[in-house]
Amino acid sequence: MREELEELYLQALAELEAITDLKGLEQWRICYLGKKSRLTQILRSLSTFLLEERRNIGSRSNTIKRALEMALKEKECSLEEALLSSSLGSKEIDITLPGCPMPGGRLHPITQTLEEICQVFQNMGFQVVEGPDVEWDYYNFEALNIPQDHPARDMFATLWIDRNCGEKNRLLRTHTSPMQIRVMEQRRPPIRVIVPGRCYRYEATDATHESMFYQVEGLAVDKNITLADLKGTLFDFCHCLFGEDRGVRFRCDYFPFVEPGVEVAIECLACGGKGCRICGHSGWIEILGAGMVHPDVLRKVDIDPEVYSGFAFGMGVERIPMLRYGIDDIRLFYSNDLRFLKQF
Amino acid sequence: MKVSLNWVKDYVNLDLAHHELAEKLTMAGLEVKGIERIGSSWDNVVVGQIAAINPHPNADRLKLATVNTGKELVTVICGAPNIDLEQKVPFASVGAQLIDGHTGKNIVLRPAKIRGVTSQGMICSEKELGISDSHEGIMVLSPDAPVGIPLNEYLGDAILDLDITPNRPDCLSIIGVAREIAALTRQELHLPQVHYEESEIHIDSHVSVDIVAPDLCSRYCASLVLGVKSASSPDWLQQRLRNCGMRPINNIVDVTNYVMLEYGQPLHAFDYDKLGNDKDIHLKQIIVRRAAEEEMITSLDGLKRNLKPDMLVIADEEKPIAIAGVMGGWDSEVTKATSAVLLESANFNRAAIRKESTDLQLQSEASIRFDKGLNPDLPMPALKRATQLLCELSGGKAAKGLIDVYPGRTEPKSIMFPVYQIERLTGLKVSLKEIIETLTFLGFDCEEASSSQVSVSVPYWRSDIQSAADLVEEVVRITGYDKVPTTRLSSPIPARETTMWRDFIGKLRYTMVGFGFQEILTYSLLSLERLQNLSPASELKVKPLKIANPMTREQEFLRTNLRSGILTTLSRNQRYQVGGMKLFEIGKVFLPQGEGLPQEKEMLCAALSGPRTELYWWGHSRLFDFFDAKGIVEALMRKLRLDVSFEIGDDGSLAEEIRANVISDHDKVGIVGLLNSKVIKAFELSGEIYLIELDLEKLMKTVNFQSIRYQPIQRFPVVSRDIALVVNDGIAYQKVAQIVQSFPLVKEVTLFDLYHREQIPKGKKSFALRIVCQSAERTLTDEEVEQTQQQMLDRLQQELGATLRV
Repeated sequence: MREELEELYLQALAELEAITDLKGLEQWRICYLGKKSRLTQILRSLSTFLLEERRNIGSRSNTIKRALEMALKEKECSLEEALLSSSLGSKEIDITLPGCPMPGGRLHPITQTLEEICQVFQNMGFQVVEGPDVEWDYYNFEALNIPQDHPARDMFATLWIDRNCGEKNRLLRTHTSPMQIRVMEQRRPPIRVIVPGRCYRYEATDATHESMFYQVEGLAVDKNITLADLKGTLFDFCHCLFGEDRGVRFRCDYFPFVEPGVEVAIECLACGGKGCRICGHSGWIEILGAGMVHPDVLRKVDIDPEVYSGFAFGMGVERIPMLRYGIDDIRLFYSNDLRFLKQF
Repeated sequence: MKVSLNWVKDYVNLDLAHHELAEKLTMAGLEVKGIERIGSSWDNVVVGQIAAINPHPNADRLKLATVNTGKELVTVICGAPNIDLEQKVPFASVGAQLIDGHTGKNIVLRPAKIRGVTSQGMICSEKELGISDSHEGIMVLSPDAPVGIPLNEYLGDAILDLDITPNRPDCLSIIGVAREIAALTRQELHLPQVHYEESEIHIDSHVSVDIVAPDLCSRYCASLVLGVKSASSPDWLQQRLRNCGMRPINNIVDVTNYVMLEYGQPLHAFDYDKLGNDKDIHLKQIIVRRAAEEEMITSLDGLKRNLKPDMLVIADEEKPIAIAGVMGGWDSEVTKATSAVLLESANFNRAAIRKESTDLQLQSEASIRFDKGLNPDLPMPALKRATQLLCELSGGKAAKGLIDVYPGRTEPKSIMFPVYQIERLTGLKVSLKEIIETLTFLGFDCEEASSSQVSVSVPYWRSDIQSAADLVEEVVRITGYDKVPTTRLSSPIPARETTMWRDFIGKLRYTMVGFGFQEILTYSLLSLERLQNLSPASELKVKPLKIANPMTREQEFLRTNLRSGILTTLSRNQRYQVGGMKLFEIGKVFLPQGEGLPQEKEMLCAALSGPRTELYWWGHSRLFDFFDAKGIVEALMRKLRLDVSFEIGDDGSLAEEIRANVISDHDKVGIVGLLNSKVIKAFELSGEIYLIELDLEKLMKTVNFQSIRYQPIQRFPVVSRDIALVVNDGIAYQKVAQIVQSFPLVKEVTLFDLYHREQIPKGKKSFALRIVCQSAERTLTDEEVEQTQQQMLDRLQQELGATLRV
């Protein structure tokens, strides 16, 4: 009996070695470990043996059974592995072949810039609102302290729809500032909004001038808002967009709807402030106009300038990617040449 | 405004380096756009005097001039026709940097031998010195020019090019700029001392002025200078005019320009004797009135101009003699023969001058000052100054007295200035003493009304100062914006409002980009032709809004669709783009609403052209087709969780057979389809172009942002069956699918093949469908599925004549 067991064991191992597929393995399992296998028979018949032999044979049979089971598992693993690797590695590939092209579109560089600007201000608690491109003279000029025949109208060459109806003249907004009025007509302080949008000017186009362009307007109105807050807000903004080390300059400028008025310039990105053709040899590049909302403008929308104050700013959007990416012709943006657009 | 710093020095000390001064002015609101140095290269040029002139031994047209350079006598060769004995001239010795009069290039002067005679230097023309373009002869300096001094000392200058904002017409003057510099550098301003002798003849007996239009002319001042001799102005004056961008003409005109530059008040000089019809009558009548119907004037530039009844003119009894505030008339111009000059210094309504100058398309140094709004107190000091200078330079004598008709007298303005406003509005702390000092330097009269209030009288030249906020700016800009602290907003953040619309647009934009579309942004303004390219004018559903003053015909109308822009872009790109293109734009179209503002509607438009995928080594590409475009719409709608359906389309720009309307909530929200050949041709496109257009406002209304409800995952197994149906060609797939989907056990139906050819009778087609069945309550038995399938086939047979393909 003992010899038979040992023989069985060796035979089972030898046969297992020779098996090459899972099907053969299953047959082997049935043959050596199945319900009708010799080993199972021996184990079942243990009770017929004498005590000592029973212990001897029984213990050995169980050892052999565990060993075969283990060998089966191992074989099974190695067969599965072999199967998997043969199915995968059945052909060699040239891993330098190009991958399958995936659709990849792009946002227009102006959209990208607008999103970036809006994001910075949204993080500071500003809300994005939008307004009409076609405006009344009243919102674009009158309410912003620029009455008919005001010399400051020269600053805004206008495309008109009507010309002889005064405040009821319709025009293409020359800046996003009319939204200051519309927002303050509808909301009470605290107000913090930014307004992205298209603007238009009666202007011959060249490398630095477009008749259509984007602006982002900002407005904050509440008690105790100061020029210092404006400075902090815009310095933060400039540092976000142009880097922490970028020099920012705040100087006096004139816009009829703010007082005091401010122009914000950053150190020229091309020359780092040393002076070059791009910055007109000044080392500075103007990027936005700003100021404290004029008391007359606040009065127009029934906000008491003795109680509230506010700041407003407006920036041209095209300028920013032009400076950053070294684009030297503003007309590229709206001529939509894909050879240009695909670079961003 | 070009500002000569030499000139500025007459009124204020300049201790700062030029670039420091420029920086200070820029920071304070007077932007310096450039600094030009005149004479910085005149190292070897001095004032010389012609001591002798001899003929050149070997050349008839050349002369040998002996020049006294102050140190020695030097002989030079000179060919200039205007050379004369005793003349003071700019003399350049060897080594001087000059400009070649012919080539305009920079040169260094070297000893030259011309026809056997050596020249040891050169007498220069204005062009050779870089002063002007004049090269007809040598530059002749004033007889009082001191011989031997470096020319740089005599005529050198630095010119600031200032950008003056429209609120500061006072700074369109040398004195105005000098006053700013005085305030910025904390020093006194020294104004010119004006006094001159008057003759016995009284002006009132020679001139009378009548303002008929006091609404447009608030003041008219005039002086009369008799015995004038017209001549060239002295070098210093000519040089100053030139440096400030004006051309010297003669001493009379130059004086008016000089004083305009100095004070900012435009003046005009009339030839007194040419006024009025009857030259012998001594009392000339000046009338300030509106132009009569069809009146004309020949302006100083020699052009005949038609006047309109709302234009203001200066007239004698007969006719207009000047266009008020814009330009004088030809007939009364001063000439060499002029002996009596009537100087005008007046104040005109800014709006009137603006309109005049716009209507006549005539801008002058005068009009750009008047149209900013000048103060009526300015004409008198400027007139006195001009009278003084004219007397000094022309040898004339002023008639006694001045004309001053002043119907529009204004009271000096006074503002009670609560000084805490400075800190309240800017965060900058400035002491009361400093505030008063700063304002005083700027010319304001300050009186301390209390510890927190200053009573401020505004000087007449600062018509821009209206309120306390303006004074805040004055104090802060002179103190320096760089001194303003930098703080962050500390006020509460306003309540958050919904941003659904923006989020919606943003999501669409990113989804389109994810589908491989390139975003474009096209002009809102288009030509009518481009809009008509889509459908003829007679069929244009909405008449686009027209711009009254378009820049070009290409940009004359506000777009009523995005298609024109996208197709134009596509067409332009097709010229050099190989491969497929997928473009989209999200933007506004403008639909007129009578006299009101147009409806500005946000739309999405996309176009597909060319091969579906890039060229690729694995598998081949095909062209875009209708189902690519439709697939985009469907995927977009899935992203928005919108249910839409497609109906046979009716869009006029699309091919009749290959177009669909996109329907959501029983409303047409968009279109998809193939461009028809007319549109293809009109936009010069090639190939098949598929267009998608969606009305985002309509879509937005049907989106339910809270529509997501979790559904439990079905536990029971699915059973799927594939069937192939044969139907008549005319049967739409949607009808088949609707019947299949009407069975409650059917979870999903997918069309996986559409077959037309062999084995199928003519006029028929075959749909291969995979139908997936599932129950929420139990595992389905084969019998149940079989039964459903049979019922389904029966209905398909009855309603659509469909048969099972064997």
